[in-house]
Amino acid sequence: MSLKLTTRQVGDVTIVDAAGRITLGEGSSAFRDTIKELVNKGHKKILVNLGDVTYIDSSGIGELVSGYTTVSNAGGQLKLLNLTKRVHDLLQITKLYTVFEVFDDEAKALASF
Amino acid sequence: MPNAESRPEILYDQFLESTLASVDASEEIAKSAAERAGFDEEETYHIGYAVREAVVNAVVHGNLYSANKRVRLRIERTGGVLQVTVEDQGQGFEEAAQADPLARENLLSQSGRGLLIMRAFMDEVEIGRTSEGGTRLVMRKALPGA
Repeated sequence: MSLKLTTRQVGDVTIVDAAGRITLGEGSSAFRDTIKELVNKGHKKILVNLGDVTYIDSSGIGELVSGYTTVSNAGGQLKLLNLTKRVHDLLQITKLYTVFEVFDDEAKALASF
Repeated sequence: MPNAESRPEILYDQFLESTLASVDASEEIAKSAAERAGFDEEETYHIGYAVREAVVNAVVHGNLYSANKRVRLRIERTGGVLQVTVEDQGQGFEEAAQADPLARENLLSQSGRGLLIMRAFMDEVEIGRTSEGGTRLVMRKALPGA
């Protein structure tokens, strides 16, 4: 399954619902383009919902980091929601748990911005 | 006379084109081999993931997507382990020259985490050179019950 990205607005927070695989190629470039487009349109509070992401390779992890940097450099915040165990494990291995704010509950995530 | 345990059983040995399609194929090939070797779902995912990362490095950084270069993928059962060998036709790889992806100053780097994850998911990862100067990466994982 390739990556499917949909966005929805809740107050001033933009939620990006991702489903499928974020891997080198189409998946990672689609994610990058979506985040850049949101930032270019002035969205500064972005919550990426990874609950339906079945697989992220190291390139996809790099895109999460790149998205975080892009949003931060624009004065905004990018946070993560609903990690699967596998994605959670990858963030532990790569120490990115120390970088990202991660939530299991959408309401709490929204309130954190 | 060597016993059966010491004789390698080749599960896969082919040359792949330097394309993203080969990357996707390598993951499926590795998962299929791991399943046949008796690994459970999580270990099969780990093996498929590690092989995908190794083939990405071979295709992207080793062979630079060259249509004239191939990636050799060999998977075998030998001496109580599943052993995967990935060889490219690039200029070789110096691990010592790579930035530590866990260093604080590198945490926000966009790349450089593949080898770290391979080492986390496999029991052993060795990096060497082929006789032609390309990179040879060998990964091993103990077979279930070994």
